Amino acid sequence: MRLVNLRPDKGTAIVLALVPFVLVVAAYVLGSAERLAENPADKLLPSLATLAETTGRVAFSPDARTGDYMLLTDTLASLERLWSALAISTALALVLGLLIGLLPLMNAFLAPFVALVSMVPPLALLPILFIVMGLGEASKIALIVIGVAPFLTRDLAMRVKELPKEQLIKAQTLGASTWQIALRVVLPQILPRLLDALRLSLGPAFLFLIAAEAIASDSGLGYRIFLVRRYLAMDVILPYVAWITILSVAMDYGLAKLRDAAFPWFGGAR
Amino acid sequence: MTAISVSHVWKEYGDQIVLENVTLDFAPRSFVALVGPSGCGKTTFLRMLLSEEVPTRGQILVDGRPLPREPGADRGVVFQRYSVFPHLTVLGNVLLAAELPRAPLTGRLFGTARRQAQDEARALIAEVGLAGAEDKYPAALSGGMQQRLALAQAIMRKPKILLLDEPFGALDPGIRADIHVLMRRLWNSCEMSVVMVTHDLKEAFTLATRVIAFERRRTGDDRARFGAVVARDIEVWPRRVAGQPDIPADRDDPISSIDLVRDDPAPRPL
Ligand SMILES: Nc1ncnc2c1ncn2[C@@H]1O[C@H](COP(=O)(O)OP(=O)(O)OP(=O)(O)O)[C@@H](O)[C@H]1O
Ligand SMILES: [Mg+2]
Repeated sequence: MRLVNLRPDKGTAIVLALVPFVLVVAAYVLGSAERLAENPADKLLPSLATLAETTGRVAFSPDARTGDYMLLTDTLASLERLWSALAISTALALVLGLLIGLLPLMNAFLAPFVALVSMVPPLALLPILFIVMGLGEASKIALIVIGVAPFLTRDLAMRVKELPKEQLIKAQTLGASTWQIALRVVLPQILPRLLDALRLSLGPAFLFLIAAEAIASDSGLGYRIFLVRRYLAMDVILPYVAWITILSVAMDYGLAKLRDAAFPWFGGAR
Repeated sequence: MTAISVSHVWKEYGDQIVLENVTLDFAPRSFVALVGPSGCGKTTFLRMLLSEEVPTRGQILVDGRPLPREPGADRGVVFQRYSVFPHLTVLGNVLLAAELPRAPLTGRLFGTARRQAQDEARALIAEVGLAGAEDKYPAALSGGMQQRLALAQAIMRKPKILLLDEPFGALDPGIRADIHVLMRRLWNSCEMSVVMVTHDLKEAFTLATRVIAFERRRTGDDRARFGAVVARDIEVWPRRVAGQPDIPADRDDPISSIDLVRDDPAPRPL
């Protein structure tokens, strides 16, 4: 049989999916054991036991002085920034994307500008943001918005333009005004696509979040990682990286589920 | 009563002449079938009646007034594809036609008005043979069912002119025969004129009061410099009149009106 026609059954698929994970963990365990055998004080690849112990400490035991749980405090601080920024970006992208995609006048007016803005490297703007907005929350949220919103806007505008022209004509023959077309024909059809675009922008959003936190912050996941870097505390950094990854995966999964639940027609129409 | 008058219409795309000096008059309540080889400009002609395209020269009048410059509720349409909204159920699709004119701001009806519109929509859905499928999304319908839905949706808005672009082209012969019966019934019962593009001559003569053939008379290297013209204009005989029973077409003896209402009508060829 041709390779293109070979499909794994369910069991095989699970095993196949697990293989890379197992390989990476095994490689880590072996490497760590080897380095620790050579130098028991090695900090670069801590043993699984050390990782588990540190994870327990940062996640589940309160700080002696403040009584805070470190991982929880950091997570809440980061998620607040991330979600505020994503909410602002989504709202902006929805309005601008719809206008640009649906109205030729708006397309002429804004599309070139948004295209240009989306090419500005956001991290290069970070110093400007810090200078203009200070080192507080606003500049961090602004960085994420600048990094994510233009991408979301352009993506949505393209999705709107991708809708079959027949649908817009059809709506007009049913007497729809521009507002009604936007509200009843275009908006419901781009919402599920917006959720997908949002999933794709989670990666960049975290990137900008951590970059901003690393440079100027006193809380947050990115702040912590860059703080403990000075002490080569791999036993903290690695669990934090894993945690950030889990957060992204959970958000990605949650958005996908939300899309399927809220827009049952979408799977069939694609 | 809606008369369409097309006078000296030319349509050119750049150097290419698509339609050349087309002059046609459609009587009120007529059912016109447009036939012709692929690429001769049938869809272009329909798009001009829809105001999706404007004639390069000449003018189109409806009841003596120039065609509005954009598509509107006076002219309904069913395309070959993409005629229904994938994010709305069967009921939602038909209901939309009632909601748009009555709810300019929200595009939705609520309460009693909604229930009334729903009853109307359900009746129409049953009329086109989709009873029981009200809550399905178009992706879950067959091609024939989707076209019936598109018809119901267009009819719901009570257009004065119904434009059809190869609406049944993708359907198999059995389903097509069913949908022809439906089409005939709708034309008889609704106050509208129909202009239908088709590739199928049999379909044209089965349904229409008048069959018009477009053809490019000149072929060869310079064919782009000459557009298609009206090559044939056939009044289907015996005459079909909207709202009156069809006279069997296979007899050439004179018939009396008594024949039409006799108790044992001969099976009528479609
Ligand atoms: N927007 C456009 N720009 C340029 N040329 C066009 C455009 N639309 C149509 N044409 C040209 O006009 C001619 C007629 O096209 P049209 O779609 O009206 O043909 P048709 O009779 O509907 O054909 P078919 O039976 O295959 O659907 C074609 O040669 C096509 O290339
Ligand atoms: Mg065509």
